[in-house]
Amino acid sequence: MAKGSSINLTLGPVLFNWAPERWRDFYFQIADEAAVDTVCVGEVVCSKRAPFFAPYLAEVVERLASAGKEVVLSTLALIMNEREMAQLRETVENTDFLVEANDISAAALLKGRPHAIGPFVNVYNEDTLSYLARNGATRVTLPVELAASSIAALAKSAPAELEVMVFGRLPLAISARCYHARCHNLSRDNCQFVCEKDADGLDVDTLDGEPFLAINGVQTLSHAYCNMVGDLSALRDLGIGRFRLSPHSGDMVRVAEAFRAVLDNKMAPEEASAAIAGETGGMPLANGYFHGKAGAAFEDVPGGASSTGDEDHAAGSLP
Amino acid sequence: MTEKLELVCPAGTPASLRAAVDAGADVVYLGFRDATNARNFPGLNFSRDELRAGLDYAHTRGAHVYVAINTFPRAGDSGPWREAVDDASMLGADAIILADIGLADYAASAHPQLRRHLSVQASASNAEAIRFYQEAFDIKRVVLPRVLTVPEITELNRKVSIETEVFVFGGLCVMAEGRCALSSYATGESPNINGVCSPAGHVRYEEEDGRMVSRLGGYTINAFAEGEKAGYPTLCKGRFVAGGEARYLFEEPTSLNAIHMLPELMAAGVTALKIEGRQRGRAYISQVVAAFRNAVDAAAEGLAVPREDLIAVTEGQRKTSGVYEKTWR
Repeated sequence: MAKGSSINLTLGPVLFNWAPERWRDFYFQIADEAAVDTVCVGEVVCSKRAPFFAPYLAEVVERLASAGKEVVLSTLALIMNEREMAQLRETVENTDFLVEANDISAAALLKGRPHAIGPFVNVYNEDTLSYLARNGATRVTLPVELAASSIAALAKSAPAELEVMVFGRLPLAISARCYHARCHNLSRDNCQFVCEKDADGLDVDTLDGEPFLAINGVQTLSHAYCNMVGDLSALRDLGIGRFRLSPHSGDMVRVAEAFRAVLDNKMAPEEASAAIAGETGGMPLANGYFHGKAGAAFEDVPGGASSTGDEDHAAGSLP
Repeated sequence: MTEKLELVCPAGTPASLRAAVDAGADVVYLGFRDATNARNFPGLNFSRDELRAGLDYAHTRGAHVYVAINTFPRAGDSGPWREAVDDASMLGADAIILADIGLADYAASAHPQLRRHLSVQASASNAEAIRFYQEAFDIKRVVLPRVLTVPEITELNRKVSIETEVFVFGGLCVMAEGRCALSSYATGESPNINGVCSPAGHVRYEEEDGRMVSRLGGYTINAFAEGEKAGYPTLCKGRFVAGGEARYLFEEPTSLNAIHMLPELMAAGVTALKIEGRQRGRAYISQVVAAFRNAVDAAAEGLAVPREDLIAVTEGQRKTSGVYEKTWR
């Protein structure tokens, strides 16, 4: 896709354990107000959470669809047992909506049928991309650690639409172990759903008190918020036409508005960044992966976003 | 009783390969000296000539050699990875261990006769994922991610028709392998792309206020009081503050030792046991391989697994059964 061709803004799945009503109302608000084209719905991180918002899933999907949003059903990133596989099968088998595979098992179940590949499946090169496209993938959200050079090479081959995450804490790792539970001296089996206490994840600092990571149950995220509002133009030049915002507790309608305005050339990235900072509490920003640096680094793009955080930290430590 | 478990042992150098074979390894696994494998450390791994010699040494003594090509080829630059596959085939490797879908596709079409295993880095943690790789690329064996309990492994083996290999000793990833970008977040270098985790070039030890601070990419990973042994700052084995308390949030600096679980793993239907540690020295290889040789032989006879003292060679001198015990989660 060349610059100037169709632009799509996607809201990724809620990665956190929000109360079911809050989860529902969030999506209702997105349906009614947000300037996004596509909305991903479904539990990606922990199979134990899914039953809580399952009762609201149908009405959320319906509200989004009738608001004209394209609905994508996101699925679990790590599937280790029959119960989790059953959750996946249920999603895959009972829907006409596009399903997003976050584990290769989902791509296997979706073989021969148009589907999306989520950022938790390792798509690092053209051969993998092309294999998955032949398997039925029409859309691929790239892993977060890809640099511009890789994104460029993938976009060039592009047998499927490519999407890049441009906002939110970066999903960095997933584990069988629940760190939220561990942090509260509980086990995963008896976790008491303590992850519900942290709407954007639980901050993890170094021993020197430096913000570093965030935990979200079995998932580990960056502490910094990915913000590539200043890189949108470069991404479009590479041929990327789809951009993903990962939901947080700040006002995502405003975040989406800011990204949309920049994509439509109606707002300067600096101005958008100021609006976004208002919704993230001035958290440190990151876009280092795109610039071939440590993921935590923040590269100030001329005319782009500016971080309020310690942006030269990780970048400056490179040899 | 099932057949004897296959013992798959690491080698980072030709000397280690010989040590592993001499100590009773059924198989030695290794990688080429570049970013095509997940232990891309300075001074480690094999040139093509060294692999040729290693294959000769192993084959003469009845042992096999697997070549790990288990990073993810860089977009626009698949050449080195394809060459690694071509050369492993040409030199007569007994199997290659792959993680990337595109590379597996290449290997299956370019070298159908070369046996293909699925690396732990592919994170195939369920029967449907394993079947996907089996059907698509005729994968003969899967190295299971270290996320499954023994009952889950048993269940999985009932459902899949290919061989399974499990880690039994050595460094322990606490995250699902191949799905962890913590190292690159702090340093810019990752297991998937660069074949390194928490690379030494980004490590600093600094004396501060009477304590030794270990840093990775500038981030404090741990701090040690005077006299306390300063461990290597592997990111997920560090001490961090969460919820107001400093702790080993992800994992203690332990290493996996499941030697006492061999009978259970046999009963679970596992085919092969893997020892981690291509970056470790010859002494480690000799000692660990010999201990597991005895244990595997005893287990095959239905005898009690001998109690071996491997604590001196375990990371942080602490060991865990890891996820094989459900309480780990």
